[in-house]
Amino acid sequence: MDIYLPIANLSVNALVIILLGGGVGVLSGMFGVGGGFLTTPLLIFYGIPPAVAAASASTQVTGASVSGVFAHMKRGGVDFQMGAVLVFGGIFGTAAGAAIFEILEALGQIDTVINILYVVMLGSIGGLMAKESLTSVRASRAGKPLPAAKRRHHPLVANLPMRWRFYRSGLYISPLAPLILGFITGIMTMLLGVGGGFIMVPAMLYLLGMGAQVVVGTSLFQILFVTMASTMMHSLTTKAVDIVLAVFLLIGSVIGAQIGARLAQRMRPDYLRLFLAVIVLLVAIRMALGLGWRPDEIYTLQAL
Amino acid sequence: MMRLLALLLFLLPMVASAQNVPKLVPDVSQREINIQSGFTGAEMLLFGAIIYPRGVAPEGQVDVAVVLRGPTRSVTLREKQNIAGIWINADSTDFRSVPAYYAIASSRPLSEIVDSKTAAIYELGLERLQLSPSGEVDAAEQKRFVDGLVDLNRRNGLFRQEAGTVEITDQVLYRARLNIPSSVPVGTYTAETLLIRNGRVIVADDNVEVRIRKTGFEQLVTILAQDYAFFYGAMAVLVSLLLGWFAGYVFQRL
Repeated sequence: MDIYLPIANLSVNALVIILLGGGVGVLSGMFGVGGGFLTTPLLIFYGIPPAVAAASASTQVTGASVSGVFAHMKRGGVDFQMGAVLVFGGIFGTAAGAAIFEILEALGQIDTVINILYVVMLGSIGGLMAKESLTSVRASRAGKPLPAAKRRHHPLVANLPMRWRFYRSGLYISPLAPLILGFITGIMTMLLGVGGGFIMVPAMLYLLGMGAQVVVGTSLFQILFVTMASTMMHSLTTKAVDIVLAVFLLIGSVIGAQIGARLAQRMRPDYLRLFLAVIVLLVAIRMALGLGWRPDEIYTLQAL
Repeated sequence: MMRLLALLLFLLPMVASAQNVPKLVPDVSQREINIQSGFTGAEMLLFGAIIYPRGVAPEGQVDVAVVLRGPTRSVTLREKQNIAGIWINADSTDFRSVPAYYAIASSRPLSEIVDSKTAAIYELGLERLQLSPSGEVDAAEQKRFVDGLVDLNRRNGLFRQEAGTVEITDQVLYRARLNIPSSVPVGTYTAETLLIRNGRVIVADDNVEVRIRKTGFEQLVTILAQDYAFFYGAMAVLVSLLLGWFAGYVFQRL
């Protein structure tokens, strides 16, 4: 079944898009990540222009995270105060991201920068995750429990001026820390079409030192609003949001997410994390090779 | 009286020669191509008749070339180079008149039916397109960019050159098929037919226009995205939210 994408200006196989969304959805359901970090590169591999891929993927992440936010809200798993600060920073981040996007596009370097950012980000996060999950898998095999991680925020965060109390997160820190974190993920959302959960969650745990029970919910809350802001920003600046593409991705991903959530209940969390780390690293390696190999087409066209 | 006669004598060969020139009656299978949700590209049939003076086809072979050409636009072409192990856009040049689409089909290979001068005048063939490159003074470098542009478009299916695909029946009727990919830009296209004999273009006709446009939902989406960006963005957010929320609601009940 072929479908014409009115903004990307090309026709794609709708089934491929739905399956792609579904595959990413399975992973996002299993791991509680938005999956934007897989959607955008896969769309680019499939031949969708990078700007359209990033913009439409962020629209899709909005839909993919909404029911998660409701679920976490019901359990009291969202720190709204922290979330608001993150979103506030994130909205500025999307605006800054839009400016960066425009500059890089004029310079003709947007694709390279997107690729390099992916390699660096996925490589480092994937590497950290792999290392951590390997240690915990080994520890559980040996039969001795891991020493419980001490929860405390990074010294850099502790040194920031002006402190607020975030009751739900159990923190007394400067709001500048989540503000900056939100700002950076906002830029990422705009440039890469990722929700940023896989940066946000470790950063909340290890940089801010938030309580684990509110981390995922608050991160989803931030993702929901920042991807909304990024869709608006893309619509206004790059005009690259393809709603047809986003809807087909979403159809696949919401179904996939349900399957993934059910699969996750049967798997051991250590192995699950290791599996996710492997996937993240594979995407990073594929993108790194893409940078280094001589591309099929060394020329690109841009209408003036 | 003498003067009138002289004038007549002078004009007669011109009228006669005008009569000796064959006339083309070209047409296309579709004057309008509508891009809708199922659009996967189109096949355009360019066909027509050659009307010879006094209905007599000349001795020897005639050849026909047909060209379908999209609107011209200015583009920047960027070239990737390997810098420190990474392929990044390093060089670029501007072209002021690149057709959005260009397809040529001929009854025999172009090099066999026209000389290079004629080919250049009528822009016959991908190597003969006048793309107006600017900004590069070095001829070799310019050629590299021109070749790169043509090659890129050829691989995208937006530039095509086919030889031997124009069928000529009894030297009178001709037809050719040209493929249009789904990524074709919208706009007004011209279909041109050229009758070629002895290396020269005898007659050319480019009066047939083809409109390629998005219709219905695809047109609506494009207009909204371009001209009502805020509304379009808000709509995209809303659609995504509702679809995501609805799916979550449905699955909870399953």
